Amino acid sequence: MLGLTGVSAFLVVIPLVLIFAYLISAGAGALNLDFFIRTPVPVGETGGGMANALLGTFLLVFTAAALGLPIAIGAGVYLAEAGRTKLAIFVRFIADVMNGIPSIVTGIFVWAWVVVSMGRFSLLAGSVALAVMLIPMVTRTTEEMVRLVPKELKEGGMALGFTRWRTTLGIVLPAAKSGILTGVLVALARIAGETAPLLFTAFGNPFFEWRLNEPISALPLLIYQYAISPYDDWHRQAWAASLVLIGLVLLVSIAARFVIKNPYRES
Amino acid sequence: MATSVLEGTAEVTAPSALAVRIDRFSFWYGQVQALHEITLEVPARHATALIGPSGCGKSTFLRSINRMNDLIPGTRHSGDITLGGESVYGEERDVVALRKRVGMVFQKSNPFPKSIYDNVAYGPRVNGLVQSRTELDGLVEESLRKAAIWDEVKDRLDKSALSLSGGQQQRLCIARALAVSPEVLLMDEPASALDPIATQKIEELIHELKDQYTIVIVTHNMQQAARVSDFTAFFYLGKLIEVGKTEEIFTNPRLEQTEAYITGRFG
Repeated sequence: MLGLTGVSAFLVVIPLVLIFAYLISAGAGALNLDFFIRTPVPVGETGGGMANALLGTFLLVFTAAALGLPIAIGAGVYLAEAGRTKLAIFVRFIADVMNGIPSIVTGIFVWAWVVVSMGRFSLLAGSVALAVMLIPMVTRTTEEMVRLVPKELKEGGMALGFTRWRTTLGIVLPAAKSGILTGVLVALARIAGETAPLLFTAFGNPFFEWRLNEPISALPLLIYQYAISPYDDWHRQAWAASLVLIGLVLLVSIAARFVIKNPYRES
Repeated sequence: MATSVLEGTAEVTAPSALAVRIDRFSFWYGQVQALHEITLEVPARHATALIGPSGCGKSTFLRSINRMNDLIPGTRHSGDITLGGESVYGEERDVVALRKRVGMVFQKSNPFPKSIYDNVAYGPRVNGLVQSRTELDGLVEESLRKAAIWDEVKDRLDKSALSLSGGQQQRLCIARALAVSPEVLLMDEPASALDPIATQKIEELIHELKDQYTIVIVTHNMQQAARVSDFTAFFYLGKLIEVGKTEEIFTNPRLEQTEAYITGRFG
């Protein structure tokens, strides 16, 4: 039985190894300095890079985090503290449902509400779409992490004459900090690779862009666009972009591993 | 009845004012009544031990004094507890202010995941007890000295409190409670999770502290109650069965039920 489960465990690793190996063989060749510092060139010319998409992905994720994290962490703390109130049960259920919404649906929803009302595709719309995905994920992990803080610690604060509010902010939240940070990093890695919610929101842009109300490029968008094109050079660049994207996600995941440090097991 | 046995202790409490007076106090968890009409006087600047078998209500009683039970939903009480003449459960009573006057040490040591210094300094800082850094430094040292742990930690005040041993952590928690200058110190089986040597240190500490603070200690350990306390109250099934000077309770209990418990025939 152990052998059988061991085989299953091994099989889990295979896709990642295969994906990596393939991406390196197909994409590493197209990776060069130009890729990181230049923008795409017109159809027919070879060369160019994806610097605008790299910047775009960074800006989209950053703005989504700025919009979503305060709401998500606040809501997570509320859920952990409120326990079984009607509002908490309702919000928890909605967050779980939202976690399951296909990302393309989120994209369409944000298109209808933000893009249509603004009259244009934009960095802001893309970030809102990513934030909508981010919020339920981080809300639930924050809730779980705050719940994991021992009840005794909270009582310790209350017993010193702290208000509930002060106890939560000064003692409970710092104790849950590393767990929450891990959840945040995992969620950021996840949204950094999302394509569907950006299709009708950020839209894409062949030039450098950083303004909130202008369309912007992103790595997953460019991969999608280049991969379905008929040009060999674009295909190579799509592979290279995939390699860079998965490298970034992996980097963030590794960073998340490092912050998982249980404060109760510190030497 | 439990209410009448108090008379025997009246003369020995004469030198000091009554710190905590409990008057026909009953307590319910939902439908379950955990305490039945407890009437008891806890004298100031003495240690009073609460003994009795598991589930007899002694911890519930202890946690009623600083209203820690308020944190549990669905509880209610009748009767009253007064602290220096002021009602603990009065309508205008500020629970936060109450808990500043009634410190608590828990069964499981619960240092905050902060440095040793900050564990002690956090309470005075939040409660606005000090004006300057020098004053705070002095208060931290004084509290750590009172808790007999200063010599062991003075060279590593900036290290995590979680790096201390279990016994040291518990003494740190005592220092933390003392730093906010309480008048009453509640201890809920403070040594039950410690080895004999750490237990001995805690007991010596209680001995020293009881000249300055009103101490109420819950313990499962008969010898401990006999060693550290001046008065002992025996609880059984949510009722106060007998209370008196510790040496009288242990050498010459008035009720057979008390004698049976103390000699280990039940409980």
